[in-house]
Amino acid sequence: MSLVIEDPRVVEFDVQTDEMLVNMGPQHPSTHGVLRLLLRTDGEIVHECTPHIGYLHRCAEKIGENLSPPQYIPYTDRMDYLAAMNMNLGFSLTVEKLTKTKVPARGAHLRVLIAELGRIASHLVGMGAYGLDLGTFSPFLYAFREREIILDLFEEACGARLTYSYLTIGGLTHDLPEEIEIPDGLASLTGRRAGERYPFLEVLEMFLQWLEPRIWEYHTLLTRNAIFIKRTAGLGILSPEMAVSYGCTGPVLRGSGVDFDLRRDGEAIYTDMYKGYEYEIPVAPFADAPREAVVGDNWCRFYVRMMEVVQSIRLVRQAIKKYQSTPGVVRENFKLGAKLPKDEVYLETECPRGQMGFYLVGNGEGNPLRLRAKSSSFCNLSVTDRICEGVPLADVPAIVGSLDIVMGEIDR
Amino acid sequence: MDIQQIHGVLLERFGEAAVGAAPHQATDPWIQVAPEAIVAVSRFLHDDPRMLFHHLNDLCGVDYLEPDAKKAAKFGHEPHVEVVYHLSSLKLRQQLKLKVSVPRWKDGIAGQLPVVPSVSSVWGIANWHEREAYDLVGIWFEGHPNLRRILCPEDWTGHALRKDYEFPLEYHGVRGR
Repeated sequence: MSLVIEDPRVVEFDVQTDEMLVNMGPQHPSTHGVLRLLLRTDGEIVHECTPHIGYLHRCAEKIGENLSPPQYIPYTDRMDYLAAMNMNLGFSLTVEKLTKTKVPARGAHLRVLIAELGRIASHLVGMGAYGLDLGTFSPFLYAFREREIILDLFEEACGARLTYSYLTIGGLTHDLPEEIEIPDGLASLTGRRAGERYPFLEVLEMFLQWLEPRIWEYHTLLTRNAIFIKRTAGLGILSPEMAVSYGCTGPVLRGSGVDFDLRRDGEAIYTDMYKGYEYEIPVAPFADAPREAVVGDNWCRFYVRMMEVVQSIRLVRQAIKKYQSTPGVVRENFKLGAKLPKDEVYLETECPRGQMGFYLVGNGEGNPLRLRAKSSSFCNLSVTDRICEGVPLADVPAIVGSLDIVMGEIDR
Repeated sequence: MDIQQIHGVLLERFGEAAVGAAPHQATDPWIQVAPEAIVAVSRFLHDDPRMLFHHLNDLCGVDYLEPDAKKAAKFGHEPHVEVVYHLSSLKLRQQLKLKVSVPRWKDGIAGQLPVVPSVSSVWGIANWHEREAYDLVGIWFEGHPNLRRILCPEDWTGHALRKDYEFPLEYHGVRGR
């Protein structure tokens, strides 16, 4: 068979490198759930990256219109399932703002304690999963070992390990238990016998003492790792102007050098909880950043999360003291069938992934007229098509992973 | 600046037809903006050095309708659709809420989506929020670069957050009820 091609243009057409459409996801392991990225690539270079979302859409907002607010609390767990405590808090505060419910002081301190523990657990997953995205497995195992103990403590406090519904309207469903069995993981790590009983807060302090030096170990393992720095520093740069315009919040915004945290700058009903607490808000640029790091790159976003864990440990310690010295109840009663006033409120709180907002319109009935959940990951994800332009294909997971998204929250 | 002062500035510049005589009082007070003025007002709020509302926290649609005829008398709102904008300024630490109100259907013909001008040229995130509002509440944002459904599939019919939305009985062979 002869291979004589008469028309030379055909040959040219054959060797031309065409643009190719690559579907990444929705089952790709490094897209953090069911996210589909449609990439238009020229060889290794991504020209366009279009996120397609909605694979987990349940229309939680419609469900909310047919339920009273206390019944809706379990649905907020299932939005950001890695930080369910913080989602409970955001929604409860919104309803409290609408109905003008006051939370007892003991309940408010316990809320800070629980919410900051939730932030630590969530950022540990963020760290571990980001390591996985970049091809290192061990930080993931360490992160889950630590997170397991927090989940054990949450289980002792409220009975659930993932979807807690512990923080509820008016406070918390019940107070912390007095004495618990030490979690098996913590017992083996600290050289205690399994099954021994200690006061809850003592176990918590034991855990914090054990966790704190580990953070610096993760820095040597991951943050200062030469390969990790090569994969993250100077890549996926998000300018502060673009971050604000695209509604990015949380560590993504602070990683771009914008000093804004709702725990300090938010509305009074939320910031009052944190009054009297001492903590810092980590914002890029960092003095101890590697030479290659630029404000707004993957490395800075990751480092903000790691530094927030240290601050959250500080906050939990202070909350333990304040909680212990405040007697009383942890919940103000909120009647299940209570009618919502004819009013509407919007409230954002600082969740681990950014500012989660709830907008609630009451109309004199038990069920709200409209319940809107504004997702922080949704806004953070919307910037991917801008920062993934012109990067190599292998860097797309590194950039998307650094935004630390949770699809349950995006699709709602 | 509080909402009274912001409204005063807007009133002076855009007139009463665009921003109303006074802000509406509520727990979160708001300024009612005429649909045709929303882009100009947004652009002004974004750029003016006294405002600097660079951050669009949220944009969503609300459907005011009571489908149950017995309860409709007590409902207290005329049937209409609202678009709610929550803005904040990270530099000046101030917040603002805007509302645009349109009829439920354009020209009163059921199925014709009401039209609101798009603010996606002012804030980047408005692009996705408007797509979501179009998808779930059924509002057509005039001038949006890419107004497609975002959460529901492209071939979905109806807009789920409309109060008179009927749940589909079947979708591609999957039974709904």
